[in-house]
Amino acid sequence: MTEMATAPTAPSTSGTPLVEMRNIHVAFGGVHAVRNVTIDLHAGEVVGLVGGNGAGKSTLTKVLSGAQRADSGEIFINGSPVEITNPRDAKAQGIECIYQTLALADNLDAPANLFLGREITTRLGNLDDDQMEDATRKVMGRLNPNFTRFSTAVRSLSGGQRQAVAIARAVYFNAKILIMDEPTAALGPAETAQVRNLVRQLKAEGIGILLISHDIHDVYDLADRVSVMYHGQIVDTVNKHEVDTDDILGMIILGKKPGDVTAKDREELELRG
Amino acid sequence: MTTVAGTAPEESAPNAAARVGALVRSTEIDLRQFGMVLALIIIWIALGIANPTILQPVNFITFSVQASGIAVLATGMVLVIVSRNIDLSVGAVVGFIGMFYAEFMAHFLPENLGVPIGHPLVWIVALACGVLLGTVIGAYQGFLIAYVGIPSFVVTLSGLFLFRGLIWQLSGGTTVAPNDATFNLIGGGPQGSLGGILAWALGLVLAAAALGILWNARRTRRKYGFPLRPMWAEVLIAAVSVAVIFAGVWVANAYHWPPGLATQYAQAHGITEPPEGLQIESGIPIPLLIVVGVTIFMTFLSTRRRYGRDVFAYGGNPQAAELAGINTRWTIMKTFILMGILCAISAAIASARLNGGTLDLGTGYELYVIAAAVIGGTTFEGGVGSITGAILGALVMQSLQYGLSFLGFNSPQINMVLAVVLIVVVGLDAWNRRRAR
Repeated sequence: MTEMATAPTAPSTSGTPLVEMRNIHVAFGGVHAVRNVTIDLHAGEVVGLVGGNGAGKSTLTKVLSGAQRADSGEIFINGSPVEITNPRDAKAQGIECIYQTLALADNLDAPANLFLGREITTRLGNLDDDQMEDATRKVMGRLNPNFTRFSTAVRSLSGGQRQAVAIARAVYFNAKILIMDEPTAALGPAETAQVRNLVRQLKAEGIGILLISHDIHDVYDLADRVSVMYHGQIVDTVNKHEVDTDDILGMIILGKKPGDVTAKDREELELRG
Repeated sequence: MTTVAGTAPEESAPNAAARVGALVRSTEIDLRQFGMVLALIIIWIALGIANPTILQPVNFITFSVQASGIAVLATGMVLVIVSRNIDLSVGAVVGFIGMFYAEFMAHFLPENLGVPIGHPLVWIVALACGVLLGTVIGAYQGFLIAYVGIPSFVVTLSGLFLFRGLIWQLSGGTTVAPNDATFNLIGGGPQGSLGGILAWALGLVLAAAALGILWNARRTRRKYGFPLRPMWAEVLIAAVSVAVIFAGVWVANAYHWPPGLATQYAQAHGITEPPEGLQIESGIPIPLLIVVGVTIFMTFLSTRRRYGRDVFAYGGNPQAAELAGINTRWTIMKTFILMGILCAISAAIASARLNGGTLDLGTGYELYVIAAAVIGGTTFEGGVGSITGAILGALVMQSLQYGLSFLGFNSPQINMVLAVVLIVVVGLDAWNRRRAR
């Protein structure tokens, strides 16, 4: 099932999107981090969200994951408006998030991290650690079959193993919408390949994925569409097959659509590399 | 602590040391706590060599009762420190609630409500009001820390000044006495103990519970097909647990009532005293019973309940806890409420032992309590600590204090010994952590 997914059949982008964020605006004091951004994501689609430092990518996704409240704007899921004011609301809508920092409690083991905030309890309300370990073994068996260290604090796991725990959390709770913030930033080449395969696998299962990355190649490899942010605004959202990596790079650096780029801009781009 | 365990234990162990290491790891015993138990045994052997009379049952009883007030507080301090906070006010709060108990029983009840000391309900009403007071104090400090965002160091430092001041306001600057006699049983003493038969009964219940928990844990792990501890390790742990419980009961029962008290008791109950004197086994003192109960409850809370998991998650990574949807502010506030309730319990023990409230009750407790938690393996980076570790830490510290003063050292000298112990223990931890990385 993993290999089937790699076929370049772009999912349909017509019809009701899985998620639509409309006119989202976030300001921190006088700084407008996100300015009236509208973006959508369909089931089984990977949308790459790229942009320079401070372009507003992380802030925008934090609005969706409930970690940051927007000053204005609306969010629709399957066409109906939803209210997301905290991480709990987002999770209730099937939105899961994998952060750059992984957001794992280093002192706890894999099962405790997987179920953090959503522990399985017995009828008396006690933690059912055995059942949680059992579920963790099953999910991790799919993602990383060689993993055996279920009662070790995650601080002593490798980067790839920690990433697998973070992804397992999204998979176990049947994420419909997955936000991945720099999922490969801290990983070596082999582990990066592993994560890319996982993304394809999740996409094939019909999950909509919003992928944030500095790595243009990561995005170009995995995404169906690419949204470029520049100074808090969306420059353009393009179909991957209509552009090349240079076009995307141009949008990230200049904040202009490929058609609007002047000869002078091109010169500057050449200079930068 | 958790070094390289987890992979296949059948790596070709090149030497005996590695094989022993793998064997020990397969028992899944917490080596740090095991080391503390060893240290405790060594301390008492050394004390016994220096002066054999210290090994009498009466000394173990007195020592453990003295340690109980600190031990009760240390269980709460673990959770406070694990969640990246500190509580400097515990000594002052213990003093304040202790004074409240005395004032309540000696003045308020008889003078305002006409309920004299000795009324059968006095002790429970006083205790309930004290626990309520502790809850309110904990909620007040917890609210300032969790919701207003003032650092716990500042809030509880202010609490230290505030409650030390309130002790004087409440008492008018004098010692207040007496307490209700039934209330004083909370402090122990021959009458405030379980008695021989009940002590054995309790020992049996605890031993049965320990075996039941071990057996049940193994059964569920087998049901899910998880890796099991080797059988010999299982049997060893069960045997040691049961042996420790019964040894405790045996030592407590080896202490008999003092002859004068036994004679009084015989006369009061019309028993003719045998020529060698009436021998009444003391059994486990009530304060020690409270420590056992609090330890079991707090261990349960911190390892088997969501609240405990939240505290440790917050300590390990506050941001991750927040993103996981944990109500971190309420978790922190609950921790301080819990600390306030434990202060009320500790204050009851301290005040009952003194038969009243004194102005300096609880002075310096905060430092011993923090030291006990830290010696017990709680780290200031947050996320790491255990209730049983803190109890062992309190025992180690009080053993040194009681033992050295028994041998004739004065308290400045004992303080210097404690200073060295604190640095050595925490230094060893730091060294161990660095090596594990």
